[in-house]
Amino acid sequence: MQLRIPDFALVALIGVSGSGKSSFAARHFLPTEILSSDRLRGWVADDETDQNATPDAFAVLHFIAGKRLAARRLTVVDATNVRPEDRRLLVDLARRYHALPVAIVLDMPEALCIARNKGRSDRDFGAHVVRNQVRLLRRSIRGLQREGFRHVFTLNTPEEAEAATLTRDPLYTDRRQDPGPFDIIGDIHGCHDELTALLEKLGYRPREVDGRVVPVHESGRRVIFLGDLVDRGPKSPEVLRLAMDMVTAGQALCVQGNHEARLVRKLNGKNVQVTHGLAETMAQLEALNEGGRAAFIEESRRFMDDLRSHYWLDGGKLVVAHAGLKEEMHGRGSGAVRSFALYGETTGETDEFGLPVRFNWASEYRGKATVVYGHVPTPAAEWVNRTICVDTSCVFGGKLTALRYPELELVDVPAARVYSEPVRPLAAQAAGRSAQQEADALLDLAEVSGKRTITTALYGHVRIEPENATAALEVMSRFAVDPRWLIYLPPTMSPSETSARERLLEHPDEALAHFERAGVERVIAEEKHMGSRAVLVVARDHDAALRRFGVPDDRMGRIYTRTGRPFFKDDALEQAVLARVAAAASAAGLWEHLGSDWLCLDAELMPWSAKAQGLIAEQYRPVAVASGAATVATVAVLRQTAARGVDVAPLLARMETRAANAGAYAAAVEHYIWPVAGIDDLKLAPFHVLASEGKVHIDRGHDWHMATAAAFAAADPALLVATPHRIVALADAEARTALCDWWTELTARGGEGLVLKPLDFVTRGGKGLVQPALKCRGREYLRIIYGPDYTMPEHLERLRERSLGGKRALALKEFALGIEGLERFVRREPLRRVHECAFGVLALESQPIDPRL
Amino acid sequence: MLLTLTTTHQPATDLGFLLRKHPDRPQSFDVGFGTAHVVYPEASAERCTAALILDIDPVALVRGRRRDGGSKGGEGGLLAQYVNDRPYAASSFLSVALGRVFGSAMTGKSEAKPELADAALPLEAKLVPIACNGGAALIERLFAPLGYTVTAVPVAGDAEIRVPYWDLTLSGTLPLADLLGHLYVLIPVLDDDKHYWVSEDEVEKLLRRGEGWLAQHPERDLITRRYLKHGRRLARIALERLSELDEAAPSEVDALADATGEAGTDAPAEAPAPRLNDLRIQRVAEVLRESGARSVLDLGCGSGRLIQALLKDRQFDRIVGVDASLRDLEAAGARLKLERLSERVRDRVKLLLGALTYRDARLKGFDAAALVEVIEHIDLPMLEQLASAVFGDARPQNVVVTTPNKEYNARYETLAEHALRHHDHRFEWSRAEFEAWAAAVAARHGYAVRFEGIGEADPELGTPTQMGVFTCN
Repeated sequence: MQLRIPDFALVALIGVSGSGKSSFAARHFLPTEILSSDRLRGWVADDETDQNATPDAFAVLHFIAGKRLAARRLTVVDATNVRPEDRRLLVDLARRYHALPVAIVLDMPEALCIARNKGRSDRDFGAHVVRNQVRLLRRSIRGLQREGFRHVFTLNTPEEAEAATLTRDPLYTDRRQDPGPFDIIGDIHGCHDELTALLEKLGYRPREVDGRVVPVHESGRRVIFLGDLVDRGPKSPEVLRLAMDMVTAGQALCVQGNHEARLVRKLNGKNVQVTHGLAETMAQLEALNEGGRAAFIEESRRFMDDLRSHYWLDGGKLVVAHAGLKEEMHGRGSGAVRSFALYGETTGETDEFGLPVRFNWASEYRGKATVVYGHVPTPAAEWVNRTICVDTSCVFGGKLTALRYPELELVDVPAARVYSEPVRPLAAQAAGRSAQQEADALLDLAEVSGKRTITTALYGHVRIEPENATAALEVMSRFAVDPRWLIYLPPTMSPSETSARERLLEHPDEALAHFERAGVERVIAEEKHMGSRAVLVVARDHDAALRRFGVPDDRMGRIYTRTGRPFFKDDALEQAVLARVAAAASAAGLWEHLGSDWLCLDAELMPWSAKAQGLIAEQYRPVAVASGAATVATVAVLRQTAARGVDVAPLLARMETRAANAGAYAAAVEHYIWPVAGIDDLKLAPFHVLASEGKVHIDRGHDWHMATAAAFAAADPALLVATPHRIVALADAEARTALCDWWTELTARGGEGLVLKPLDFVTRGGKGLVQPALKCRGREYLRIIYGPDYTMPEHLERLRERSLGGKRALALKEFALGIEGLERFVRREPLRRVHECAFGVLALESQPIDPRL
Repeated sequence: MLLTLTTTHQPATDLGFLLRKHPDRPQSFDVGFGTAHVVYPEASAERCTAALILDIDPVALVRGRRRDGGSKGGEGGLLAQYVNDRPYAASSFLSVALGRVFGSAMTGKSEAKPELADAALPLEAKLVPIACNGGAALIERLFAPLGYTVTAVPVAGDAEIRVPYWDLTLSGTLPLADLLGHLYVLIPVLDDDKHYWVSEDEVEKLLRRGEGWLAQHPERDLITRRYLKHGRRLARIALERLSELDEAAPSEVDALADATGEAGTDAPAEAPAPRLNDLRIQRVAEVLRESGARSVLDLGCGSGRLIQALLKDRQFDRIVGVDASLRDLEAAGARLKLERLSERVRDRVKLLLGALTYRDARLKGFDAAALVEVIEHIDLPMLEQLASAVFGDARPQNVVVTTPNKEYNARYETLAEHALRHHDHRFEWSRAEFEAWAAAVAARHGYAVRFEGIGEADPELGTPTQMGVFTCN
């Protein structure tokens, strides 16, 4: 006897003690596939026959079986299973995971089983136990199908059991070996003319296959019909004819729609309400030529009845079903799977039109497989979380749409006319927002919290520790801008290696040497503006902003800090700056040049005091004032002491130096502060044109970014400033010297310093990703960071012992995360995928790193 | 930082004997965090001045802080690494140096001039600079009761800084030891920051240095609180003992405990804050009880005051507090004494870290939710997300939302016009604004809403707190 079972099933072995279940199982299944009640009794109680352990043993058995089935692994339960209540639990378990329940009954002669038990030392129970089990078994056998077992096999003799072979067949829905390519067509509803037009447009031409003329694609593409071929429209029989012929000829696959299921019930003579377009179909069938009518109806009935609930295709990467399918149902079989695939999920409520309210499963879909479905008439096909509904309401006067797979291109033809009026008006999209934006309006906490690993294209896996995510959560939820604007957070930047030069901590030499060691040939040095980092997300106008970012807050963009907080407290000022930036982009022809109506810019916004008032008022100015007052008074006291003839010369000299340092500190701080009354007092220096529609500009060198920023700046020099920069070939010693001279000159004038970057935006060296930028800050600027007296030799000596490793590792991770977020955004991935990157940067920034670096 | 001590007692150079530092010999002392120098810029029979110059090592200061900050973690620890005014402004460092350098003078004993040590001398002390959180008025309140003439000149007045510095001169006639004792205690009080962790023995130091004057000082409570760095428990201990010394009733102790509660110096302008807060908690708990709710979410639970109230009522058998701040949750855990509750009580309450602008599956299936003084801490543009998360996704049967009534702010005298009650409030709403928002949220998510005020009602301005009670249709 050949036992053919599905390759994904819950197999219940049924047989009395001594019937040979375990040896049968061992012949046909992997040891790890078999869950034996005896063994589990042993595991929980050290005694396989301890009946007191039975409840615990089965609890563990069901738990393991559940885990295996959830992972879509065939599972065999080796227990007597002679009681209906025990089998009930197994059928329920199988259904919960949409596995097919299979029963293999070993109905052996009673005497044989008794004899076998006697021969075994661990089975000391009497023959009455076996006899009792046999009685239960015999009573059960006939009802197994009714209990829910989809396949039942009975083996009656030891010879039969010995001779049985077992094969595992893929489920009918499992067509993973079929990679396509496909043209997947949404609900047709009898619109035969549109269907033939669409097939024509897709490139299908009539060819003879096995004596029938059917549409065939010359490059071997095939059609997938998503069901609802019939009802409502004018030519349901013709659509059925075409679909049946194409399926028979191997040119198409077809899944069942709810309208096919209902038509089959009607044709089977069931009492079905003749609504929602069924009457039209029945009339069209009735009107068929009497000669072929009965045969056609029977052929159609069988065809429709045989249709599968869904198909699992292309190595599991594609799922097609009439009403869609959630991930935990892909490639599985159960009544629930069929019901979901045909009808979708409803909330149990009905709307004002008396129709069931559909649950929006797609907005919660997180699977990797692409799911293509129909059923829900929509104005246009839109992606939501790797799912797409291609029912574009053809019969209601919309269009008939096909999705080309794997290209994921949409092809459609308009309906010739309105054939039917929908009961419920077609779902209107919220003004200007995409379906994905609707689904993304609210993010899920579980998708950012806890320990996470984010896979980046630039730096592989970036791990986020739970405690860092916790710190980021508070900032993100209480202080950051709306996550839909927050497509990017900039990375931290490391200083160059510490200089050994007298009175200096940093100097360009070290940065140049760093990049040379990393194998970089050309670097760009950009003047470091002393303002605050600002990320600008700016759209051409309010409509473009709403369309692309989906935030209904009537802004044309946002300006935020490196921790995602709004840069300005004053909304009007922010929007005024953005309007100026957008106008500058227009004047510079950037929108056309980039083919985009939005931009993401990395910039420095000056003055420093525009954002850092708090720090200045609480930290920097107090230091300037206190150090000045203390040192000046002290010097006066010491001079007075010296004038008395007491020798305090060394202390006086030291205090005079400190007084001078305090003065230098105050000068350094005040250099970067000017009052801001409005937009006219602001300066914005963009230095990266990070992203625009469809593109993250990391394939462009920094020379391009600088040139683009300069063009930008030229358009509105009152607000925008270009960044002075130089490109240096590291092999050119003279150019290196000139660069260092520039730095010296710049910082002597009070400039903050330079940022040095490899000329390419992304550079890999022998040791992997190279630091995207290193800063070399000037001596006086560093006074603000390290304190008035940091240049005194005894302080500088100790400050040189700073460690850059942590900062550098962080810089690379944050750089990779920032770019990853932008890449995902331009690929139009769901917001959670974009947000996790920004969230990750913020989480990493909560790590304790010396903030003076 | 610099302290000078001047006397015009004749002969003035006796100051050298009292301080045990010779006027013609500069001396230096290692005080751990830097070096203290003593020099005499003036030393005549008419007038003698000793200067204590404290040269703090800023690098060591930051390194020490880093270890300290590391163990506590958080932003505060990191900010402490930045450059700061500690090496320059008079602070607890100076008190410590005073103790080390002039320790024997402080005891009021002098072998060389015992009678002089006890005598009231004409003295002048000068501090350059000292920060004072509270301004010249506070300086006056602290020193005038001790008999000083106070001259406080602001340093570099034009620069905008949060807490201004003063060039402070105190003159009076009193024993030198008393002056040193006053400085020792009051310098850190003015500065209102301490460079070291305040522990129990600080209470002893305060009582020793404050002996004979602190118990009667009108600003006793403030001095105690600030000296002990707002440590509530230590302040209570110290004040109780001071009251015994003074034989006065510990009248201020309880009020002090409230004032130094979690609100600290950033206490909201609401007055009287504790009472309004209690009323609010009480009324919200009542509304929740009347709704028949058994399971309740306290969204934005902060330090857990509502949870504490709900726990007292057995009707609530599942109380979950949610907050985005781990620090607040820890405070709530401490307030509720979660560790010490019986298992039966503990099983009723749970604290979750969460953020109300995200959907959160853990918040589904509750009878009621409370948002007590929470929405005004969320940026207005993000309120839609909060509403969707609470009313659209978690969907409890009842939701209670309270928020300040902006109109009532006119009644708060200390509050500037258009100012908000708390520095973290992103907005405050009039009754009409709140009711419009609540009605829109209710309509969008299928709830009905009614309104009620909490606190003493003003006939025109309404109540200080407004409340919306939402019920799912």
